[in-house]
Amino acid sequence: MANYLLGIGQGLLALVLAPGLVGIVRWIKARLQNRRGAPPWQPYLDLGKLFAKDVVISNHASWLFRLTPYLVFSSTLAVACLVPSVFVLLPFDGIGDLLTVVYLLLLGTFFLALAGLDPGTAFGGMGSSREMTIAAIAEPTIALAIFGLAVRAGSTNLGHIVAQTLANPGLAVSPGHLLAFAALFIVTMAETGRLPIDNPATHLELTMIHEAMILEYSGRYLALIEWASGLKLFIFFSLLANLFAPWGLATVLTPMALLTAGFVFLGKLALLALVVAVIETRVAKLRLFRVPELLSVSFVLALLSVISSFLLR
Amino acid sequence: MISNLFPGMVLAYSLGMLAALASGRGVMGRWLVALGAILGAAAGLALGVAVIASGTPWAMNTAALFSFAGGLALRVDSLGAFFLILIGIVAIPAAVYGASYSKHYEDGHTSLRQLGLMLNLFLLCMSLVVMADSLFTFLFVWEGMSLSSYFLVITENSQPGTMRAGLWYLAMAHIGFVFLVILFLLASGGDWAASFASIRSGAAGLPDAVRNAIFLLALAGFGSKAGIVPLHVWLPMAHPVAPSHISALMSGVLIKLGIYGLLRVALDLLGGGPTWWGVVVLGFGAISAVLGVLYALMEHDLKRLLAYHSVENIGIILMGIGAGLVFQSYGLMTLAMLGFIGGLFHTLNHAIFKGLLFLGAGSVLHATGTRNMEEMGGLIKRMPWTALFFLIGAAAISALPPLNGFISEWLVFQALLSGFQLPRPEVAIVMPLAVGMLALTSGLAAACFVKAFGITFLAIPRSTEAEQAHEVALPMRLAMGLLAFLCVGLGVVPFTVTPFFTQIIAELSGISAPPTAFNFNWTLQNTAGFGQMSPTLIAIGLLLILGLIPLCLRIFRANQKLRVSSTWGCGYTGQTPRMEYTATAFAEPLRRVFAQLYRPTRELSIDFHPDSKYFVHSIEYSSEITPWFEKVIYGPLVGVFRFAANQFRRLQSGSLHLYLLYISITLILLLVVARWL
Amino acid sequence: MPSLFQKIFNTGIVTEKLSPDDLDTIGVVKEIEARTRRLLGRSLAIREVDAGSCNGCEIEITGLTGPVYDSERFGIHFVASPRHADLLLVTGPVTRNMEIALIKTYEAAPGPKLVVAVGDCARTCGVFKGSYAVAGSVDQFIPVDVVVTGCPPEPKDILRGILTAMDRLPEKNHPIIRRETP
Repeated sequence: MANYLLGIGQGLLALVLAPGLVGIVRWIKARLQNRRGAPPWQPYLDLGKLFAKDVVISNHASWLFRLTPYLVFSSTLAVACLVPSVFVLLPFDGIGDLLTVVYLLLLGTFFLALAGLDPGTAFGGMGSSREMTIAAIAEPTIALAIFGLAVRAGSTNLGHIVAQTLANPGLAVSPGHLLAFAALFIVTMAETGRLPIDNPATHLELTMIHEAMILEYSGRYLALIEWASGLKLFIFFSLLANLFAPWGLATVLTPMALLTAGFVFLGKLALLALVVAVIETRVAKLRLFRVPELLSVSFVLALLSVISSFLLR
Repeated sequence: MISNLFPGMVLAYSLGMLAALASGRGVMGRWLVALGAILGAAAGLALGVAVIASGTPWAMNTAALFSFAGGLALRVDSLGAFFLILIGIVAIPAAVYGASYSKHYEDGHTSLRQLGLMLNLFLLCMSLVVMADSLFTFLFVWEGMSLSSYFLVITENSQPGTMRAGLWYLAMAHIGFVFLVILFLLASGGDWAASFASIRSGAAGLPDAVRNAIFLLALAGFGSKAGIVPLHVWLPMAHPVAPSHISALMSGVLIKLGIYGLLRVALDLLGGGPTWWGVVVLGFGAISAVLGVLYALMEHDLKRLLAYHSVENIGIILMGIGAGLVFQSYGLMTLAMLGFIGGLFHTLNHAIFKGLLFLGAGSVLHATGTRNMEEMGGLIKRMPWTALFFLIGAAAISALPPLNGFISEWLVFQALLSGFQLPRPEVAIVMPLAVGMLALTSGLAAACFVKAFGITFLAIPRSTEAEQAHEVALPMRLAMGLLAFLCVGLGVVPFTVTPFFTQIIAELSGISAPPTAFNFNWTLQNTAGFGQMSPTLIAIGLLLILGLIPLCLRIFRANQKLRVSSTWGCGYTGQTPRMEYTATAFAEPLRRVFAQLYRPTRELSIDFHPDSKYFVHSIEYSSEITPWFEKVIYGPLVGVFRFAANQFRRLQSGSLHLYLLYISITLILLLVVARWL
Repeated sequence: MPSLFQKIFNTGIVTEKLSPDDLDTIGVVKEIEARTRRLLGRSLAIREVDAGSCNGCEIEITGLTGPVYDSERFGIHFVASPRHADLLLVTGPVTRNMEIALIKTYEAAPGPKLVVAVGDCARTCGVFKGSYAVAGSVDQFIPVDVVVTGCPPEPKDILRGILTAMDRLPEKNHPIIRRETP
């Protein structure tokens, strides 16, 4: 029973920390732009404000438009419950493996793309089209990166992968894992809409991918979608942190272990946030039709990861 | 009881055929025809369920019929029973749907008699194909199935392109049939009266070259029926022009009989083979999957899009089967079982959601009069039920949890991911490539169905027909709803059916089921050491969260008022359908990414004002994608045949005297030959 | 790459404190509701609408998001869609071509919302008063809460105008804030 509660608690932890993660990345970027910037807890204030605002929707939108924020939020929260952040070998581990995670995220993307088409604007359609293109091309990379990890662990279940790396620390520096990390990092930037693939702070509709789909949302719907995209960033960071460098994760249910795990996890998140913020500051946004080239680089890295896992087994 | 089901089935179908011959028009006629089909399919379904439940095959041999060829031999083992169930599951909603849909054929241009007669005959022949137990029976009913489906395809013969599509279908079906004839004659050693039992026992003794030849012929012959690239060209032509419930039956059931044939020959009669068989099947499966979805993306004819998706899903099924064959050749029986179960489960799932999607497309066609997506839009408000069911089908085919497509794709993924356990690395490398291609396929399928559902149903109507569309009649909605319910049901509780797949595969020779093969309680688990997932709990979890969010919003008083206003869209003053995204535009980024494959041709002509190049009179732009195979393979082939036929035409000069001369020469030659022999 | 980060670290934070200047330039047209002030006080999304300005005000507004004035530190960020916005920042006299667009933008924004009119043109049509292309000043079409005078007003004045609307002004009780007569 305590295991299940802990699993749900991990999902709630993700829910609570996700806006803060977005805020930290923004804050670091602001400092790198030589300005003070909003405090790291600003996204919480934004969300609170959005929940209290009215909602305006288009007269052409249908029930799908109104259902989508809830669906996107549920699927992302469900994934957050499945991904280990503080505790490993959850009871939820038997519920979904890495493939389930990928397809649940695809569920959210699918409906968000449909909601972009619903109000009948050209910008929404454009955002949907670009988002589905990038999601489709990123899929093989994710699948192969999962394959590379799963080959060494003998399972696609997240808990098993983590436990295997904990048991053999040498795995973490094996070529298979390092290449898979590089591939998954590029995919993270693509799926969460960060530079150089998509600019999360742009106002030019022609440069938008994720933003363009949500131009018609307001109030609590917008709050749910923004929260879900923050959760997605959190999930990908958790995957990167805990699949490839799982030390610090609690394996027993003592308060001490959980507390240490919490601090270590926050440290890993902060490090990843710093890396992402530095990359975002350094690079310029890629032209849309250069993004498939970048994603094919990540595909090749993932393929190399799998081949090296096979050969070095 | 069980022995009455077969005569009952034949009787029901015959009654349906008689009702069709009688008139087939009017509410009474259409529903009698449909009733015949429904009862026949239900009887077949019951027979299948009974055989699987009891575990014992049912056999029947009427030596009276076809005595020259060993009689009409029928046998239903678990594999046949599964396909009988599949036929029943798709045929019953299709028949119900058809009863209401064929109402608009009562305008006199189409023959309802032919439609009703051929529908029942088609279903009967398909049921007999999966029951056939001797060479002659199988080939006879296979040909019957092809012919009856040809007549069904050309039902709407007044529409342009229908007869051409029918001709292509007939030609490809018969090319496949030739392969099948050669294949069975090789397997039986030239004996027309051979039964499958004798073929099975004799197969082990055949030399390797013959076995390989049989396998390749089976792949070609059954593959052309299933729709494997490059023998798939008839699919996107025939499925769109057929009536929608027929398209559902063809896409849902007919092409699966190709899979049935392949399994029957490769696994049952031949008992498995060397590794390269599995690799070949896997390779063709992967290519079909990727190419099918890539061409589907570029279509804006809704039914052609769905037809290309059938090619893609057959590819996925073949990937599962190919993986199974590879594992079987190395003796890794648990993993082989996993591959075959993934393939078979996907067969069932695809039949259900493809049937649903075609029925939905038929409803849209019925309501708007067009198959062209670029003229639709806004149908979600005018046809809410159709939209909902189509959405469920679209989500299922994109393999989104917790629907059934996800379960079978997960199983196929797990089978492929287990490839690292293969002892030979050069073979094992095939598996990651297959995984990559499967993942690409499912991503592109999701993109394609966002386009298909979004452009067709969402936003503003792009034509007056779409604006005036209305919801379809109750029987059609009922049929779609039944299939949608099955999609959701099989997705949430797949463990109710997965044990039976183990039984089905185990009965086919060559696989021994390990004692604790799979544990399907709440979870789908692969004890070969790989993955665990509980679709039921995922569904429950999603529903719980979905319900909790509005509750939490209410508690925290985040439920502010909602106001409906005009679309923002950057402040333009009047929103017209011309401002929406089109289907072609939606697929454009992917067209550019895969431009090397598509090789789109582009034509741009600009008409300038005579005085200045800065003013434009008109701009004409057209871009076309011709499927590669038709251009490179079939075009030249058809050209060769045309050339040969033209040469033969020289003989037909029309002069009566010349014909008399031909007759007399032939007569003299025959006399000479007869004198010598 | 090292040179970029070297430059960043050598420059340091350049944001200036908002100086307590005279507040002649800001005029409050409408008293803002307490609920709105509370709601939007810490987080404000702005949609900027150019209703026909010469872009002089726009150039000053773009300075707001730069490192020196840094409006983001007050929780202000600019958004692309009025559906996401709480405050409309309107510049320029309302030309005939932009009249409907401005009203539609206002209608598209969900409540509670604020409007700040920036520049002399937004307030009284400025130098374009009486032109055949101009339909009127902003408050003739949408209800305005705060005006910021100037041609163009300095970024710090625009910032203080926005902060007045948010009720986040550091010198809130300064007696010089005018009540603008409608």
